[in-house]
Amino acid sequence: MMERFSNPVLSKELKLRFRAFKSFSGLMFYLAVLCIFVAGFLLIYTRFSGTAFFRPSDSFTMFVALSVIQMGLVMFITPGLTAGSISTEREKQTLNILLTTTQSSTQIIGGKLLSSVAFLILMLIAGLPLYSLVFLFGGVSPSQLITIFLFYLVTLIAIGSIGIMFSTITKKTIVSMIATYGAMIFLGGITAFFFFIGISMEQMAIHSATGLAQNATPFSPITYFCAGINPGALIITILYPEMASSLESAVGISMPIWIVYLIFYTLLTVFCLFVAIRKLRANMKTNR
Amino acid sequence: MVDIQGLTKKYGSFTALDHLELTLNEGVVFGFVGANGAGKSTTFSILATLLSPTSGDAYINGKSVVREPKEVRKQIGYMPDFFGVYDQLKADEYLDFYGASYGLSAAERKVLIPQLLELVNLTHKRYEYVDLLSRGMKQRLCLARSLIHDPKVLILDEPASGLDPRARVEMRDILKHLKSMGKTILISSHILPELAEMCDEIGVIDNGKLIAHGNVATIQEQLQGDKRIIVKVMNEMEKARAFFEENPMISSIEAIPENNELAFNYRGTTQEQVNLLREALLSGIPIYSLTEEEKDLEDVFMAITKGADAE
Repeated sequence: MMERFSNPVLSKELKLRFRAFKSFSGLMFYLAVLCIFVAGFLLIYTRFSGTAFFRPSDSFTMFVALSVIQMGLVMFITPGLTAGSISTEREKQTLNILLTTTQSSTQIIGGKLLSSVAFLILMLIAGLPLYSLVFLFGGVSPSQLITIFLFYLVTLIAIGSIGIMFSTITKKTIVSMIATYGAMIFLGGITAFFFFIGISMEQMAIHSATGLAQNATPFSPITYFCAGINPGALIITILYPEMASSLESAVGISMPIWIVYLIFYTLLTVFCLFVAIRKLRANMKTNR
Repeated sequence: MVDIQGLTKKYGSFTALDHLELTLNEGVVFGFVGANGAGKSTTFSILATLLSPTSGDAYINGKSVVREPKEVRKQIGYMPDFFGVYDQLKADEYLDFYGASYGLSAAERKVLIPQLLELVNLTHKRYEYVDLLSRGMKQRLCLARSLIHDPKVLILDEPASGLDPRARVEMRDILKHLKSMGKTILISSHILPELAEMCDEIGVIDNGKLIAHGNVATIQEQLQGDKRIIVKVMNEMEKARAFFEENPMISSIEAIPENNELAFNYRGTTQEQVNLLREALLSGIPIYSLTEEEKDLEDVFMAITKGADAE
């Protein structure tokens, strides 16, 4: 029964990944960054004395900073894990043999994505003991932690799909990496830039409108959309719900941005996986 | 078992394959001969469902490579000319992965893998990492991989390329064994004498066109008109030369007096050759030896492709 649902590519990828030294070194680097940050944070807040107080509000600040750092690491590591998944097979001349097996393109792409996601989830879980320090001092609810981890999951699946798509449609891993990191910069940086420009223009428009200024209600769907697809904006609204209210009043749209985020990244994931599956056997007319 | 119908592949204005027609029966070992870029690998890639033809179709055991690629993949074992291996896998894990990829159950794989490793003489390397194996061993492992789902047709693109003589002999012995198992094998190689020894049929491809197809003897027969005959004559060289020059089926006469030899191209059949010898002896030409210059498959290939170029 289990064999029916097993994915050979997934099993093979997991085996190869956990035998590779770079997986362990990557995990070690990731945990080292988090450990250094947590240790540094605690030392700074206790003024290196070990006798100062560590209040729940400080604990919450540490949780926020830890979450943002972890999000940055996820966005940095995910392209590295996925952007070479198909192109490396092509470069190593193993792809043609794989494509002559009876596995479907969906199985192959699915196996590649799941193996990367599994490793990233392992990384997130490996970082959980550091989060436990936050709970030791209080100030954060378990629901916030679960929400943050769900946010990570949606984000890393989407980024992973982008990486696999570029890996499938480009011949070289280096090109795929650049394209995937470029997409990350767009989603994380360019959208934030446009969001701030949009907000500024909206404020200027309201202030320059004489007479009607008191009654003017802002409406800026593009700015809202830029905020809605920006991982940084979403994580801030999750951690500080009052920021979500401010954003809604600033752009004049009352729908929570996590809905836009979820819809956009789900559609992006589906689109990228669809393209990857279609293009895997690019030289064949049928994709079976 | 293999039926290729009007297979054409074009890359822009370049025609890699031009209306290729070929039918192979079950159990036949077919050698595909051609220069680099002639269209051998393109044909094999289409048969292996890696490439779509521009027009035409090919059928493996009745399944179309264009419309039923997944069914075709069950019927074929493919070994490309260049291939890589997964460095971090051991030989048995490598086979296990591909067995699973073909939908074999764990129990089936457990039985099959030792048998396949034994077939390709790699039992002693079962738990070795694949990247530590020699080139010849990797080739044999790849061959075992292509057999894991017991395909009816094997498509082997240059299986002996880059191998040392010993590894080449080992590979040839395995292929002979597979032939005895009744597999239909399509094999391309530049080592033409090896193909001649192993293959039931040979196909010569040049510029995307199949310019000759048949068993080795048949293809050599196509060159009969150009066979080179060497006659040894005791004295009377000039008389002999004059006699042979009169024959319209003889051309390019060359005399080598120091060896008492006359060499010429003869276009006639074997019976006509018998008559020619009888007439020469009746004319009083003291012939003490008549030999036909041996032509191996390489000569055949060179002659055929040269002819095609000239056209």
